[in-house]
Amino acid sequence: MGIRFDSVTVAYDGDVVLDALDLTVAPGEVMALLGPSGSGKTTALRAVAGFVRPLSGRVLLGGRDVTDLPPYRRGIGMVVQQYALFPHLRVEENVAFGLRARGTPRAGIRARVAEALEMTGMAAYARRRPRDLSGGQQQRVAIARALAVRPGVLLLDEPLSALDTRLRSGMLAELARLHRELPDVSMLYVTHDQIEALTLADRIAVMDRARLRACGTPAELYRRPADAFTASFVGNANLLPVTAGTGTAVFAGTELTVATGGVAPGARATLCVRPHLVGLGDGPNRLPGTVTAIQWRGATHRLLVDVGGHELTVDVPESTAVPADGAEITVHFATEDVVLLPAGVSHD
Amino acid sequence: MTDPTGRGILPTTAPTGRPEHPATSPTRHPQHPTAPPVNSPISGGSQKLPPTRPVTSPVSAGPSGRSARRWLPGSAGPVLWALPPVVLLCLFFLYPLALVLRQSVSPDTGGTSLRPYADVFASAAFREALGTTVWLALAATAGCLLLGFALALVIAFVPFPGARAVARFVDVFLSFPSFLVTLALLFVYGRVGIANGLWTGLTGAAEGPFRFLTTPWGVLLAEITYFTPFVMRPLLAAFSQLDTAQLEAASSLGARAPRIVRRVILPEALPALASGGSLVLVLCLNEFGIVLFTGAKGVTTLPMLVYSKAILESDYPGACVVAVVNVLISVGLYALYRMVSRRAGA
Repeated sequence: MGIRFDSVTVAYDGDVVLDALDLTVAPGEVMALLGPSGSGKTTALRAVAGFVRPLSGRVLLGGRDVTDLPPYRRGIGMVVQQYALFPHLRVEENVAFGLRARGTPRAGIRARVAEALEMTGMAAYARRRPRDLSGGQQQRVAIARALAVRPGVLLLDEPLSALDTRLRSGMLAELARLHRELPDVSMLYVTHDQIEALTLADRIAVMDRARLRACGTPAELYRRPADAFTASFVGNANLLPVTAGTGTAVFAGTELTVATGGVAPGARATLCVRPHLVGLGDGPNRLPGTVTAIQWRGATHRLLVDVGGHELTVDVPESTAVPADGAEITVHFATEDVVLLPAGVSHD
Repeated sequence: MTDPTGRGILPTTAPTGRPEHPATSPTRHPQHPTAPPVNSPISGGSQKLPPTRPVTSPVSAGPSGRSARRWLPGSAGPVLWALPPVVLLCLFFLYPLALVLRQSVSPDTGGTSLRPYADVFASAAFREALGTTVWLALAATAGCLLLGFALALVIAFVPFPGARAVARFVDVFLSFPSFLVTLALLFVYGRVGIANGLWTGLTGAAEGPFRFLTTPWGVLLAEITYFTPFVMRPLLAAFSQLDTAQLEAASSLGARAPRIVRRVILPEALPALASGGSLVLVLCLNEFGIVLFTGAKGVTTLPMLVYSKAILESDYPGACVVAVVNVLISVGLYALYRMVSRRAGA
């Protein structure tokens, strides 16, 4: 079942928290709503669930306008960060809750509960109570509970944020597997974590300050970000203010060879390059800088380099000989690794 | 393959796998103090949890605070500190109670016997008062629970302007004396009250139709009116602890309001209902001011019987017998409540 936001605006007390959102999620697609807190992503999800009423615009599920329907008539599944299991009910009763509410025949309930618990790997815990389960297990139960009613749309609101890092990557793989097993279920996945979005989503909608900033496949957003905010939020790109030339860009007096694309010569622009695509030493596009900090990150060293008054993040493999803190170095990047974004640039 | 240097390196690769510890955020299930953070076996893992939420929720503070006995630093022995409260308790509470008990077995004819008990138990007035007391208290408690639950639901979950003010008023109401409510009801429904005044003014009849205030129903109405906030207070506290995400989850799963109330809210409210209800039950059993102020002649409860025996008939042994019975019922109910609530895990 597809989801369509048709110019959905939500305001609390005159404060616009979602500004004319237009977005379509295809049937069976996983759409990640990615953005910092306060970007309106959760509000968008709650508008689909029916917990907030848009000031204007329509929400459509499977082509049906549900804007005026109460949550219990929308036929969606929802999973939230804090699980929200019913503490007094056993796992199996939690999973059966939605089926009972919808008046599913008794025999059917038993089968569907078993199926949902099987799917999430929680069949062995059917008789337990939520408080006897770990956080990851509780979240699996919450997912089973949402899937038991066989929703056309699954809404996930920061479902992994309460779990620790190790558990999170495991659950991420689980969700990806569920998505493969349920090819018809559209998922709207709200997260502030770019890794979750890049891993799981078919497409990512980047949101900031109540607005949709960009929408595309993870590869599109990563390789050719539409704006500076998207570039920095997805993949932590370095952003440098430059003046465009013809096939070149000038940064702090240094001419760099880049593909200018649609940016007119003479215009102000933002040069965007990923930390791991910046190299140390001589190369095609050189910039002098000073190392201000070194962070060891296991597989990589992250260097913070002051380049003409701007901080450049450089990730180099651990095996590289790392310059000392405070050293004067030269960094470079290949022409094809750079994206020039038109002016109107900086996020701030 | 048994290279000793290779084996020597192995232990230095610290095991990264910390077993995923159960989610033990202490504020999530205030009704389940079965896992107090102090002495649970998983406390080693849980102390690494970031302090995301304050641990001092008013409800959970009770049981966990009780399990962790702490002494003031530099305090003298526990016996010394126990002395003042025990002495005060004996002097002002247990001793008078003992006097009442002794009086109840000291008939006016002299000596010590259970004669007063036999006399009182044999009298029809006592048995009638006992029956009246019990059914009034039970009915009032049931009424308070129903009304209190409904009102607390509306205040907590139906957003309307002034909900906070109403909740505050409930707090204030608890401090009112019980006869005040009865007095107010007298002004409205009394023989010369507003309701009857309107009726006589409109119809010209000599008397209004509202005469229920002097019947047991009047007492019941007054008791329900006065004691309902005693149920609402713990309920509102319980409702404020309820995770709204649970209500939303239930709603998204297809449950309408009645089912959510029945299957999600009510189970969470049971401990609060039990504590509020038992409090009201005991208070109703011992209620005196309301019964006196309604002026219901036919309604004699145990406290009223004590009053009339002691003050009007000067039958002190008889009054004390009734008082002892009253105390026993209260204490028995309290014990029952403790047992039930402990079994419910509250």
